[in-house]
Amino acid sequence: MKKIITMREMTKNQGGIIKRVSASGVMGRRIREMGLVPNTYIQVQGRAPLKDPVAIKIRDFILTLRNSEADHILVEVDDLE
Amino acid sequence: MLKQKITIALSGNPNSGKTTIFNAITGARQHIANYPGVTVEKKYGRIKHKGYDIEVVDLPGTYSLTAYSLEEIVARDFLINERPDLVVDIVDASNLDRNLYLAIQFKELGVPLIIALNMTDVAEGRGIVVEQETLSTLLGVPVVPTVARSNKGIDDLLDRVVEEALNDREWQPAIISYGADVDQGLNEIEDIIKGTDAYDKKYPPRWLALKCMERDDQIVELIRSDHEISLAVDAICEKTSKHLMDTLEEEPEGIIADHRYGHITGITKKSVKRRIESRLNLSDRIDKVLTNRIIGPFIMMLILYGIYEFTFWVSEGPVSWLEVFFGGLKGVVSFFISEGLLYSLIVSGIIDGVGGILGFMPLIMFMFFAIAIMEDSGYMARVAYMLDRVLRWFGLHGNSVMALLVSGGIAGGCAVPGVMATRTLRDPKERIATLLVVPFMNCGAKLPVFAMLIAAFFAKKEAGMMFIFTLLSWSFALFAAKMIRSTVLKGPKTPFVMELPPYRLPTLKGLIIHTWERTWQFIKRAGTFILAMSILLWAMMTFPGLSEKQIKAYEAQRVGLRDSFLVLPEIKATIKDEKGLEDLDDLVNSYGRAVKEDFESVKALQKNPLFPLAKTIFAERYVQKEGEGSSRMQREAATAYLRYTEELARVDGRQNQAMLKGTIAGRIGQILEHVTSALGFDYRTNIALIGGFAAKEVVVSTLGTAYSLGEVDPEQSGSLSEKLKEDPNWNSLVAFTLILFTMLYVPCLATVISIKKESSWRWAGFSVAFNLIAAYLVCLAVYQIGSAFGLGG
Repeated sequence: MKKIITMREMTKNQGGIIKRVSASGVMGRRIREMGLVPNTYIQVQGRAPLKDPVAIKIRDFILTLRNSEADHILVEVDDLE
Repeated sequence: MLKQKITIALSGNPNSGKTTIFNAITGARQHIANYPGVTVEKKYGRIKHKGYDIEVVDLPGTYSLTAYSLEEIVARDFLINERPDLVVDIVDASNLDRNLYLAIQFKELGVPLIIALNMTDVAEGRGIVVEQETLSTLLGVPVVPTVARSNKGIDDLLDRVVEEALNDREWQPAIISYGADVDQGLNEIEDIIKGTDAYDKKYPPRWLALKCMERDDQIVELIRSDHEISLAVDAICEKTSKHLMDTLEEEPEGIIADHRYGHITGITKKSVKRRIESRLNLSDRIDKVLTNRIIGPFIMMLILYGIYEFTFWVSEGPVSWLEVFFGGLKGVVSFFISEGLLYSLIVSGIIDGVGGILGFMPLIMFMFFAIAIMEDSGYMARVAYMLDRVLRWFGLHGNSVMALLVSGGIAGGCAVPGVMATRTLRDPKERIATLLVVPFMNCGAKLPVFAMLIAAFFAKKEAGMMFIFTLLSWSFALFAAKMIRSTVLKGPKTPFVMELPPYRLPTLKGLIIHTWERTWQFIKRAGTFILAMSILLWAMMTFPGLSEKQIKAYEAQRVGLRDSFLVLPEIKATIKDEKGLEDLDDLVNSYGRAVKEDFESVKALQKNPLFPLAKTIFAERYVQKEGEGSSRMQREAATAYLRYTEELARVDGRQNQAMLKGTIAGRIGQILEHVTSALGFDYRTNIALIGGFAAKEVVVSTLGTAYSLGEVDPEQSGSLSEKLKEDPNWNSLVAFTLILFTMLYVPCLATVISIKKESSWRWAGFSVAFNLIAAYLVCLAVYQIGSAFGLGG
């Protein structure tokens, strides 16, 4: 079973495929430039001590973004339940 | 005719090894300037290769060519306005997709391009093999593999640069398809733009169309200069946007980025071979520990504390050498110029002023070195990542941490490079907020002030007090940031979309270049504006000086002391007149020096008939026990001599004190007493604080003069501590308040100038006023509440 959640809701080491990036403006452009575009595989690498920002592995590098930015990214993940 | 001069622009993503390639190509022949009107650094260098003069311009590292940041605008403007013969795009082979995103944009702009495929070794280590021939064919651009760290491929790259630059071709903008809807819009806009003379021919029309569609602020503004065209273009963009939102629920800029990445994925699928690799690479394994949610922050604290210990330990020697050097310089000056105004100007104004700041150079240099290691290894980005959540709450950004650390976040930095470090912040509001609060950190120059006052009033609690003051400075800086960000610099938070680059072992060459660049900026500032201001402050603390009559009165006191000394019975026996007294003074001094040197030089002095007395005096003064083998008569004479010199010093002290009180600074200090008495500060403290505007550590030496101690060495302020402890005006509460005030009040001159350079006179002025008011209010509260509770006694 697959389900679609926001990147904020992903747990550590969970992987998934970006389905939609809803951010616009400066933030939206920045997110996309760094390679967060639909049909890209990402994996959550870890979170900072206060649970925010989140570090993800994308393409061949590690990117960090805040939860408020991760909210705009919808990811299709395996439903483990 | 063949061209002899070639201009190339180096460009690439941050962390792609661009700086390493630039260093490898140009070596030490680098120059730094600023791009006109902005604080972005422009680095360039000239080299000769195969008989050609090649000018290499290092463009700022960017991920893209939109108008997102100052760096991107600068890079873009340089390409369009300066038209270099060639752009060398440095591409990290181990991270090809994202790096090619920039390359594609160069192709769309049409600049002649070469790709330096860098870090091929790292890529292979991770099981990524890039077939450069295929990549070159698919991109339509020459590709040269390099490993910049070990200088591999640099010559090949330069050969290729010469070869390509000779072609001297026109710009050829590439056309990439963004899907039927966007393409149609682009074509329409392109036709409109081509059909007029209104647009600047240096921009390729298709590229302008693309930027309009991406809603690029700078280009939209450019188009807006022609009203009709602007309306037509806007209409097309609107139409396309609406259509895309209706059908795909995406905005054009999203579609464009998606297609670019789609295009790149198409290329890398064919040109990159991957070994399936599931195990974590080394960098990821290091991150499992260093950015671990629980132990990561502890390790960070340890590393920061280690840097603090390291810089102080390693710079202790050089700092004292510099002190000796500036002391020696004063000696040389006194050899050529007799005491008087000119001597005072050179020694107290210039050498003390500039030397006081340059004296910190080793400390600052090693701090920069440690910070360069943190940056070049990739750890600094992790610190920003771990602290972003905390700093954001105060309206700052994860990247602000660097500026705060450099300024003295771990005690002992310097706000000048700290202010310069704010350049890494993209949002102007977050940047200015950061540079306004960095002067609150405990820089190296405040430490002697703290040390002196702590020694006097909080003895045996040194470490604890220093720790408290470090915490206090962080709290003030952060709360001030919060205040500024919710009032004068209100604005949204900027995104924190940041790369965590893989850990890399820094190269020594890179570290040295980074350290030197920052240190040099610091020296340049101390050498120019600060020199002028030191002289001004010196003048304020020297003029108008004492009247002829007053000086004569002090001179008369000295003569009186001398005369009554010479008639003492125990003295009369050995010293006949003034001449004899001068001889004794000289002998005591030379004996003091000789004892430190060796036995031979002591022996040479023994012939002097006054030698036994001088020896006794020395023994009484320093060893503080009765001179062995001396007669009673000699011991009494020695005691009388010491009493006489002490009294003489007291007269000198009173004279200096009276002089300082009468100067411009002294008068200002007395006027200020009306407001500062509420903080427990009298005019002497005020004068010291005025002096501290040049450099904070001057507070100690000025207090010394104000308390008539003569010269006080900030590093050895024991006597001043004693003096203040006994003074009825002082108690631990006053000392605590003064430490707080020193921590918070006006940034030193060098910092104010740096703030001006990084922003404007307006913000520099704001900084002075804001800090002064903040310091006053905080200290007022502390002193008044403290007094009410009877603290300090």
